[in-house]
Amino acid sequence: MALAGTVDRMDAEPEEAQRLATEARDRVRFEEDALALSDQVYRVARHLANSREDADELMQETYARAFRSWRSFTPGTNMRAWLLRILTNLNIDRGRRQQRAPQMQPLEANDYFLYDRLAENGDGVSDEDKVVERLSQDDIVTALSVVPHDFRDVLVLVDLGDFSYADAAQILDIPVGTVMSRLHRGRRILKRELAESALEEAT
Amino acid sequence: MMDPCAHCEQMMQPYLDHVLTDEEKDQAEAHLAECVDCQRRYKFEESLRIYVRKAVTEEMPAELRQKLAALRIPLE
Repeated sequence: MALAGTVDRMDAEPEEAQRLATEARDRVRFEEDALALSDQVYRVARHLANSREDADELMQETYARAFRSWRSFTPGTNMRAWLLRILTNLNIDRGRRQQRAPQMQPLEANDYFLYDRLAENGDGVSDEDKVVERLSQDDIVTALSVVPHDFRDVLVLVDLGDFSYADAAQILDIPVGTVMSRLHRGRRILKRELAESALEEAT
Repeated sequence: MMDPCAHCEQMMQPYLDHVLTDEEKDQAEAHLAECVDCQRRYKFEESLRIYVRKAVTEEMPAELRQKLAALRIPLE
């Protein structure tokens, strides 16, 4: 029996070594996959955060947490969504969100007003691609930053991050119906801001 | 019966998000085929989405890429 015990112990060590090696390999692969997604995550994070500096910090906190808790990621599921879920939670927890006064202005009654307004000012040019070019890049960046967080989060995830309604719902932990209504409202707020900046420039 | 252009407007966001049912999509396209105004507005909305995305897209700074890589947990 003494002999058998010795053999068991000798087998156990290579097994443990094997397990550790597999785990190390999985972890390295996880880290590499996560880093390969960082450009895409940043493009969304930049506009979930209030500034470039905030985005920078949020990205670092997100990746630090992701690397620590890599075991809770289920291989084969959407890693970009998983990373953004960490990031949006951190963004909310940290109280980075400047609370703005609630939007008291009524929303425009229709979805077409921005086009109508830009086309009006357009000396009869009605090529839709040219109409859109009447908006400056700065105006668009500013207009997006003015959209309140609840609406902007959804807008940024769906329209910039190409997440489905269902993914956005999971990332933000809200029902799909809420994603749809916030998206709708967020897009209108954005267009209202753009229409206002276009009007200011025209006058 | 709702004004067809108002109805078409309601369909615009879900149409561009590809979440309409086939039947709703056919309805929207039937109206678009005969209404130049709505066609223009759909086209504008589509261009606007692309334009906004381009305008706000910022590439990740190289220093941040390095900082993230440095957060990796070293192998023992």
